[in-house]
Amino acid sequence: MTDTTLSPITSETPSGAPAKSKSLYAIDDLTRKRNAAEKRFKAYGIGAIAIGLFFLVVLAVSIISEGIPAFTKTVVSVDFTLTQEQFDEAEGTLFKTKAYEGIFVNALQGQLEASGVSVPFDNATIERIVGKPGGTIREFFQANPDKLGEPVQFELAASSRVDGYMNGRVTRENMTDSRFLMKADLDLVDKLTESGIIKTVFNWNFITGADSGVDNPGGAGIGASVVGSFFMMLVVLFLALPIGVAASIYLEEFAPQNKLTDLIEVNISNLAAVPSIVFGILGLAVFIQFMHLPQSAPLVGGLVLTLMTLPTIIISTRASLKAVPPSIRDAALGVGASKMQAIFHHVLPLAMPGILTGTIIGLAQALGETAPLLLIGMVGFVARGYPDGVVSGFVDPNSAMPAQIYTWAARADYAFYEKAWGGIIVLLVFLLTMNILAVILRRRFERRW
Amino acid sequence: MKFTTLVSATALAVASTAFVGAAQARDQVQVAGSSTVLPYASIVAEAFGENTDFPTPVVESGGSSAGLKRFCEGVGENTIDVANASRKIREKEIKACAEAGVKDIIEVRIGYDGIVFASQKDGPAFTAFQPEDVFNALGAKVLVDGKIVDNPYNNWAEFNADLPDVGIAAFIPGTKHGTREVFEEKVLAVGCEKTGALQAMIDSGMSEDDAEDACIDVRADGKSTDIDGDYTETLARIDSNPNGIGVFGLAFYENNQDKLKVATMGGIAPSTATIASGEYPVSRPLYFYIKKAHIGVIPGLKEYAQFFIADEIAGPQGPLAQYGLVSDPELAAVQASVEAEETMK
Repeated sequence: MTDTTLSPITSETPSGAPAKSKSLYAIDDLTRKRNAAEKRFKAYGIGAIAIGLFFLVVLAVSIISEGIPAFTKTVVSVDFTLTQEQFDEAEGTLFKTKAYEGIFVNALQGQLEASGVSVPFDNATIERIVGKPGGTIREFFQANPDKLGEPVQFELAASSRVDGYMNGRVTRENMTDSRFLMKADLDLVDKLTESGIIKTVFNWNFITGADSGVDNPGGAGIGASVVGSFFMMLVVLFLALPIGVAASIYLEEFAPQNKLTDLIEVNISNLAAVPSIVFGILGLAVFIQFMHLPQSAPLVGGLVLTLMTLPTIIISTRASLKAVPPSIRDAALGVGASKMQAIFHHVLPLAMPGILTGTIIGLAQALGETAPLLLIGMVGFVARGYPDGVVSGFVDPNSAMPAQIYTWAARADYAFYEKAWGGIIVLLVFLLTMNILAVILRRRFERRW
Repeated sequence: MKFTTLVSATALAVASTAFVGAAQARDQVQVAGSSTVLPYASIVAEAFGENTDFPTPVVESGGSSAGLKRFCEGVGENTIDVANASRKIREKEIKACAEAGVKDIIEVRIGYDGIVFASQKDGPAFTAFQPEDVFNALGAKVLVDGKIVDNPYNNWAEFNADLPDVGIAAFIPGTKHGTREVFEEKVLAVGCEKTGALQAMIDSGMSEDDAEDACIDVRADGKSTDIDGDYTETLARIDSNPNGIGVFGLAFYENNQDKLKVATMGGIAPSTATIASGEYPVSRPLYFYIKKAHIGVIPGLKEYAQFFIADEIAGPQGPLAQYGLVSDPELAAVQASVEAEETMK
């Protein structure tokens, strides 16, 4: 016991000078200053978070309020009978869908006149109110020729202006008479709404459908491009994950430390920062012009995005391999495992959550990319509906979600602008799902030391 | 070297997927080009898919020049079949095409598009507009008191008392747009000649060609902004700039009448009727170009072209006119030339 020899601790200062207050209860100036600085810093931090949250809320509110109208649509719901003769006659014309539209408009006019609607209207009024029903009608009767001659209930999308009137975008005050819609037409719209012929329903077509022409916003849907994005993500996943993981295992565990591997490492980090449009140009030159792959195909989109995602995956995989404690490797090697056994049986499973998180984040980044798709022909009017098989899913022209949103945002009719916001909501839901998956996987497999 | 085998194995896998794709013949028409023609092409493509047994064509945008450049890359399934253009193909482009093997090109004129000037709905009204005014407002060098000087004007009313007394702020199509060429040719050049600036430039010793080039120079002091994006971008700029005036296509303006106020040209408001009759002066033909070598190889190509210019589609009662295209009065001649697959000389 040596500590008994130590002098007892006293509160006196050794020099004997007038002692400053050392009480823990009375705070001296310096401490006060430091505490104030800390408080200020905390306030700055809270302020920064508040600003971030504010912008997040503004963004979320504006996306949701602008995008909600895309999920509802105004329909004209009527019983409509098409006779065999009318069907044959319409099929005999060049512009068949227009012929069906004419027949439908005339039938509706007849119905309304018979029911004695009190506001004046004519054929043109009805034409302006109904959108482009021809395609739907033709498709239905081609698939169900036995229904010819009997009344069938249709819910046909109304024109974009009427849709805007129903959701508040177009009002009597702010609208201008045009050949798309007259103010007077709104009287008939009001009457038809009262009687239940015009109503607002959930727009399933927006979620399941394909793109439509610029004069038919009611028929536009994002479904086909969701499928396009999905196939692209498959390509990215099945190429980027094995290539990326193999490359990082080699670099991290096997590669000798020399100039060459240093160079490779630096270049991988640099590649991660290359703007995505560069990969688009590369994709156009290599995959389409040199390798003769089909244009506008999700396969090519996926290949381009793979190039873009690879560095992200390699960097995150290497980080998670590094995070596995060396003792695990040493223990495996110590009991006689080969280097490869040590890595594949012990290191890799432990690094898996990190690798998966990195991969999913890389995929999410690729999912939102538009610029490279611009160059390989996936942006524009690509209304092909659903692919009819797995192979055609990869090689048939298709669009992708961000490309579809970009296309809609550039169209003249404001209804498409709403669709673009609605598309953003769908894209965000897709992204959130992927991120939640990443969190779940990480939680599930994470191991702490 | 495990890594190398792995890499080569993957490369092989990529290559094999690649050739599965390449082996598949293309069954749809592939179109690219002018963003002005894109709306019409998308209407036709949708109707073509709905009304025939051919798949819906794929239509990309990107501008007339970009589209024609891709068109001239060569012949084959991995090149586009049709290029949309809001101007005529240039000699230079025809030559580039020929060098790449695209020798037989069919030119199809689909109709006319009006170019309109419009301001915010609540903004100033430009009712006494002439090409001269646009030239005076936007030209790099203008004629003031008989002399050619750098554009000194800040305000529309400074050179034409009938115009609103507001600052000049114009949003015009960027140089990659076909619309820009028409704007230069039908507005700036005309205004230059009418104000006498062209003559003054020639008198001051410039050659005629140089003077004509100087006429279409746009001032670079920030009063005029080039818009390289779509009309929606121009609309957004007008929305945030109460005194701004923008250049739009007729169809775009008609679809956005609730937000825009159109400027009349010499008292004539643009509409399909006034453009067809020639009263409204600023219009231009729209075209698409077909590779003849692809007809018969790509299914539905000729049918697409014929469908596009059929009376039911491109005629005065068709959906294109409904959207804002001014129908070609000589549509029958265009139909005949497509039928006969007449190529350009």
